Amino acid sequence: MKLFGFRGGVHPPTHKELSAANPIERLPMPERLYIPLQQHVGAPAVALVEVGQHVLKGAVIGHSQGKVSAPVHASTSGVVEAIADVTAAHPSGLPVRAVVLKTDGEDRWPDRAPLPDPFTLAPEDVARQVGDAGIVGLGGACFPSAVKLDLARRRGVETVLVNGAECEPYLTSDDRLMRERAEEIIDGVLLLRHATQAKRVLVVVEDNKPEAIEALTAASEGDTVVTIVKVPTRYPMGSDKQMIQSVMGMEVPAGARSPDTGVVVYNVGTSYAVHRALRFGEPLLNRIVTVSGEAIAKPRNLETPIGTLVSELLAYCGYQPDRAERLLMGGPMMGLPLPNTNVPIVKGLNGVLALTAEEMDDQPSHPCVRCGRCVEACPMGLMPLEVAKRAHNGDIQGAVDYGLKTCMACGSCAYACPAHIPLVQYLEFAKGELAVNQRVEQKAKATRQAAERRQARLEREEQAKAEAAAKRKAEREARKNKKATV
Amino acid sequence: MFTMFAAVSSLTILGLTLGFLLGVAARYLKVETNPLTAEIESFLSGANCGQCGYPGCGPAAEALAKGEAPVTLCPPGGKALVEKLAAKLGVSVDVGDMEDTGPRVAFVNEALCIGCAHCIKECNLDAIMGAPKHIHTVLNEVCNGCGECVKVCPTECLQLQPIPTDVNTWVWSKPAVATA
Repeated sequence: MKLFGFRGGVHPPTHKELSAANPIERLPMPERLYIPLQQHVGAPAVALVEVGQHVLKGAVIGHSQGKVSAPVHASTSGVVEAIADVTAAHPSGLPVRAVVLKTDGEDRWPDRAPLPDPFTLAPEDVARQVGDAGIVGLGGACFPSAVKLDLARRRGVETVLVNGAECEPYLTSDDRLMRERAEEIIDGVLLLRHATQAKRVLVVVEDNKPEAIEALTAASEGDTVVTIVKVPTRYPMGSDKQMIQSVMGMEVPAGARSPDTGVVVYNVGTSYAVHRALRFGEPLLNRIVTVSGEAIAKPRNLETPIGTLVSELLAYCGYQPDRAERLLMGGPMMGLPLPNTNVPIVKGLNGVLALTAEEMDDQPSHPCVRCGRCVEACPMGLMPLEVAKRAHNGDIQGAVDYGLKTCMACGSCAYACPAHIPLVQYLEFAKGELAVNQRVEQKAKATRQAAERRQARLEREEQAKAEAAAKRKAEREARKNKKATV
Repeated sequence: MFTMFAAVSSLTILGLTLGFLLGVAARYLKVETNPLTAEIESFLSGANCGQCGYPGCGPAAEALAKGEAPVTLCPPGGKALVEKLAAKLGVSVDVGDMEDTGPRVAFVNEALCIGCAHCIKECNLDAIMGAPKHIHTVLNEVCNGCGECVKVCPTECLQLQPIPTDVNTWVWSKPAVATA
């Protein structure tokens, strides 16, 4: 297949050899699970269970609310011990509401009836079942998949791209999934095609995963709809816009989303979850997490129940706290610092890394020498140095004018910067300021409306008072007249 | 009969003529107001809280348009408003050093509230719910933190507090290095 490539990008050392050879292992069920009610983009789920209630595996414990939302399920059977705040899998370390489940070790499902062939279902029904299973984009964006399926079908997209690039260094969870469960992934891919009514499916894998490509090719043998596409290894190939550009030669316009170009992108993990949901009626209860880094004695790819604390995974893999300089969730390029190890694994968390000081190679930053390497590296065609300079000076509008909103925080610029300027942090800071300003403006609008409402209320009351007074006066007059006539 | 028609028609004609004259006057003898004032007023919250020292947002906008008031006059507007006003009026202002407490809202300490309902009357936005002899509460999404209610509370149970940050509203801080 003809490839087109994308602009910019970098080649960080992959470090995938640490965990790539280790098959997926199931993490022993922990004693307690802390299942957050918000693990997705959109409105948080509402807790449906009460403290002391016994739930079976796969039971809905959080009901989705609003159009863009996803339900949350019990990852195993057990008793709800509390509904309390836990540290979010978020760099802020702020709390989120979670259901604390004391597991009973039985891992017991309710009785499940055999399911009909999902390909006989209407596309809407497939999407609805995907939504009911609580499936969100497992590449890390955590956008509810059912919403995306409906959007794609309504837009009439022609191509489903299945993202198996896994371009982040260290991470091997998708690689292992593709090697070991290729047939299931291909089945899920076909289900996604059925739900979107797209014409063709492209499964895109970077060429540093030959085993995965081989397994997927074998699994899709004889299929005319699915094509396995081998792309060169270059970060950030796994970003949807860069993948579309590489494989199809189209650039997604700034401010637009991939379905606008007739393409919808799903992660291989999502596709596997869709297979489990429609063939076996299993909601999204597990995810595969790569635990790696030089401060981990035994790097592994662990099939982990949602709600397991990071500390359990670290203990299982031989974490050496004295060697670790930093803990990350996700890969080293886009991953975020872990606030502490008592953070539950959520649907979108694909890796836990414990990096040593040598691996991080943190260096003090120097003034910008305007070498332009960040401009060459930026896959979105921005000038990160200019945007960062404006962010540094507090000129947020200036940063927006230089394309701040187009930045996807891939980190290529900061990786390429010889002066070690934290370019991504500057851009993220500016995005935050922008969001704060927007919230203030929304608030001002709400205040204006409230003031108008109050004005209207006062006028209404004034009018009602005047009317009541007029009525009383008329009554008085009537009585007087009556008296006069008598 | 004739007198009735005469009365009706003369009054009608009188009304129409006067109405027409008033209409013409409104069109041609209009008092010019500065269009800038109206535009600036649309930036302000309209709560008329009076924290700027002017009787309300209208007079404040007028003073801004004349250049008599600093663009930093509105505490509930915060930095965002200052930047907007500075851009509109062509004034340069260094927002970096400006003290911005961030958005704040009134908070009722329920242990101290006696349900006097004084604050409810004071609120220009109807942001306080409650009734006499019942504990009051503040609607966070409506309150703009003008603080008028705090002044009238007899038990000091009302306080201005920053809106608590949650995972959805948290933002990255500025990198702690001097270069960019």
